[in-house]
Amino acid sequence: MPYPPKLKELIKVVESTRAERVDRKKRGEEVPFLSLDERKEMLDHHPDFKEEGRRPLKIGPSKGYAIAHEMADLLEARSRVDPDDIDLSNPDIDTDVLVIGGGGAGTSAAILAEENGARVTMVTKLRHGDANTMMAEGGIQAASKGEKDSPYYHYLDVMGGGHFTNIPELVEALVTYAPDAIHWLEKLGCNFSKHPDGRLHTIHGGGTSRKRMHYAADITGAEIMRTIRDEARNHRNIEVIEFLPAVELILNEHGQCAGAVLYNLETQEYMIARAKAVIMATGGSGRLHIQGFMTTNHYGATFDGIVMGYRAGVEVSFLHTVQYHPTGIVFPEQAEGILITEKFRGSGANLVNIEGKQFVNEREPRDVEAASIIKECTVKGLGVPTPTGKVGIWLDSPMIDMLSGEGTVRKEFPGKYILYKRFGIDISKEPMLIYPTLHYQNGGLAFRASSATSLPGLFLAGEVSGGVHGANRLMGNSLLDIVVFGRIAGKAATAYINDSAKEGDLTLDHVRRFNKEADEAGIPSDRVSPMLLPDYTPPKIKERQLTTHYVGTVR
Amino acid sequence: MPNVQKETEADLIPIFIMGKRYLVPESLTIMKAIEYAGYQFIRGCGCRGGICGACSTVYRKAGDYKIYSGLACQTVVEPNMYLTQIPFFPALRREYDYETMEPVAESIYQLYPELFRCVACNACTKICPMDVQVLDYISALKRGDLEAATRISFDCIQCGLCASRCMGELPQYHIAQLARRLHGGKLAPRAEHLRQVVESIAAGKFADVMEELKALPVDELRKLYTERELEPAMSDEQWRPSNNAGL
Repeated sequence: MPYPPKLKELIKVVESTRAERVDRKKRGEEVPFLSLDERKEMLDHHPDFKEEGRRPLKIGPSKGYAIAHEMADLLEARSRVDPDDIDLSNPDIDTDVLVIGGGGAGTSAAILAEENGARVTMVTKLRHGDANTMMAEGGIQAASKGEKDSPYYHYLDVMGGGHFTNIPELVEALVTYAPDAIHWLEKLGCNFSKHPDGRLHTIHGGGTSRKRMHYAADITGAEIMRTIRDEARNHRNIEVIEFLPAVELILNEHGQCAGAVLYNLETQEYMIARAKAVIMATGGSGRLHIQGFMTTNHYGATFDGIVMGYRAGVEVSFLHTVQYHPTGIVFPEQAEGILITEKFRGSGANLVNIEGKQFVNEREPRDVEAASIIKECTVKGLGVPTPTGKVGIWLDSPMIDMLSGEGTVRKEFPGKYILYKRFGIDISKEPMLIYPTLHYQNGGLAFRASSATSLPGLFLAGEVSGGVHGANRLMGNSLLDIVVFGRIAGKAATAYINDSAKEGDLTLDHVRRFNKEADEAGIPSDRVSPMLLPDYTPPKIKERQLTTHYVGTVR
Repeated sequence: MPNVQKETEADLIPIFIMGKRYLVPESLTIMKAIEYAGYQFIRGCGCRGGICGACSTVYRKAGDYKIYSGLACQTVVEPNMYLTQIPFFPALRREYDYETMEPVAESIYQLYPELFRCVACNACTKICPMDVQVLDYISALKRGDLEAATRISFDCIQCGLCASRCMGELPQYHIAQLARRLHGGKLAPRAEHLRQVVESIAAGKFADVMEELKALPVDELRKLYTERELEPAMSDEQWRPSNNAGL
């Protein structure tokens, strides 16, 4: 919907200061960047550093580690199923490699496992490909140009971006296998943007020292996802079953991961999959709406894999940090949470408050920028109220046309220009209303560069894992992460089957133990996980659902 | 049909979900309106950002004979629209061996001979929620132009609405996917610089330097990071760093 009269009035305030701000920009006068000390102070307003936003885990292998309440609630919760009700003696699915999750990481893993001789069953909660992979617009990093770049520089950039907290061997794997990942995708028919001679287009991303961001127009993730999904469909020994999420891992008597309990979302029946190895690739957790934040993530990003792995004894790492993208759409409501690329700010658009004033340089690092916006709205009270009771900050996109010529916004940002146009807003003439949005789960289950975990037979790939990106991920390294570690996991799981996997009776004793630990810690017994689906049913409806039974958020 | 809800707020509008009337706030997308009405999605909902193709929806408006389409997560409700989601539509996809397939139109014709059942009615293009010129890429393929088909079909999200409307019963989006892969991996020039880098890494060129980097204490790493040379924002492909350390 177009801006209502109240917001139109407030836009006039932005317009009244615009000419002067454009002049300052032309003269090269910037709002000064914060010093390192000032940055540190500003980060107190970042959601990660809000003490009341997190609490130490009461139970499990990472007991005592403080993470967001929304995550802790799920990690401490009880299983959706009573292990005593489950008959493990007669599995419905019997396979070599069970891949849980049908995004880019799971699909890459499935292809490599199959190519290495395994029978693969991939189960996915939504459709094959409905994942954050699909939504990644920006690009995929790799040091593909040897005359100016190498894994050495990529390594430095990743470590710096993660505030030097990343686990070195994971970063080494990420950057060393990066060019081969792009090469693999190219070979499979991914249409990367190229010069006429085949040379790949590369651009900078935040925190890169060399231009190494490869892209396929502005739908890089979708092009990668649909290409590898198509390839997976050609592999006879990959069976994909949709709308069948996993809810618990199954172990065998030797303490190896040997399958999963699955839940058919449509028929509401539980099923058993026995496997010789399991690859967890369930992605992230934006739909937990940590601290009430909106999210860029897809519908199924609900933390499921971490819950299952944690219950089976795998520690979590770096979960105390979450990436908030500074600029998500906060109005119109129907586009809420959708990402507005950093490129707008790079092209000169200021961030301004309700008084039409700049309060921060628009090219601070992501976490600092997000913290400044939050502070301006929540502490200073200078945010712009939306008709639905939210608050935002203006991103003054019309400046871009004034700085670089009429038509620039339309030409450089066609996707967002059209998106807003559909709502009756011309962003080359009117500013955008934005607020930080939950974007990426920096941490996850702990794993090694081989993709193996502390649980034999359980391998990880993608956002479900933690440590690759340290405390902060750089743009273009998540698409890379899923392909690199997906391929590693596919190979590793197959090798494990040949070398170490043993036959043995299946058990859910670890779930019994975990439920008992939860009882002893006094965790409320109505809390269950994994979440599976977010619940957006209005409270008014719920009051009238007199006979509806909810298990967690799912009816 | 009697009202199932009472109109209590001024900004609520009636929409018909599969024929049943619900009052929803006028500013919502179809997706949020369906949730507002009390549904919990299992199918018909994916990325909620307009790119995954899970939530294609067809609708008509009161007194209007036309069929409209849109993504539920991107389309704002209108008063008296009546709609249904089409979360799945069967379409035949044929398996193939990508590695050995020739990047020529004949490969596509062999797998999908129904391509020539297209009668150019343009129903596919008219229903496409992404405004892809579906008929144009099908026509390009009939002419044997894989490059054009790749370009024209590039924004396809594979929701399947084209296939649902096709008189010739084509699975357009599967055909386009095949064309794009043949183009991207076999017709478009490959990146020679990428191949060289992959080879040098496989030969172990950076093994030692990575071992050294991994072993560095944080303050030394921080120093290397701070001092690393930055490629200028406006550089072109000719830019070279002033020293070759680490290359």
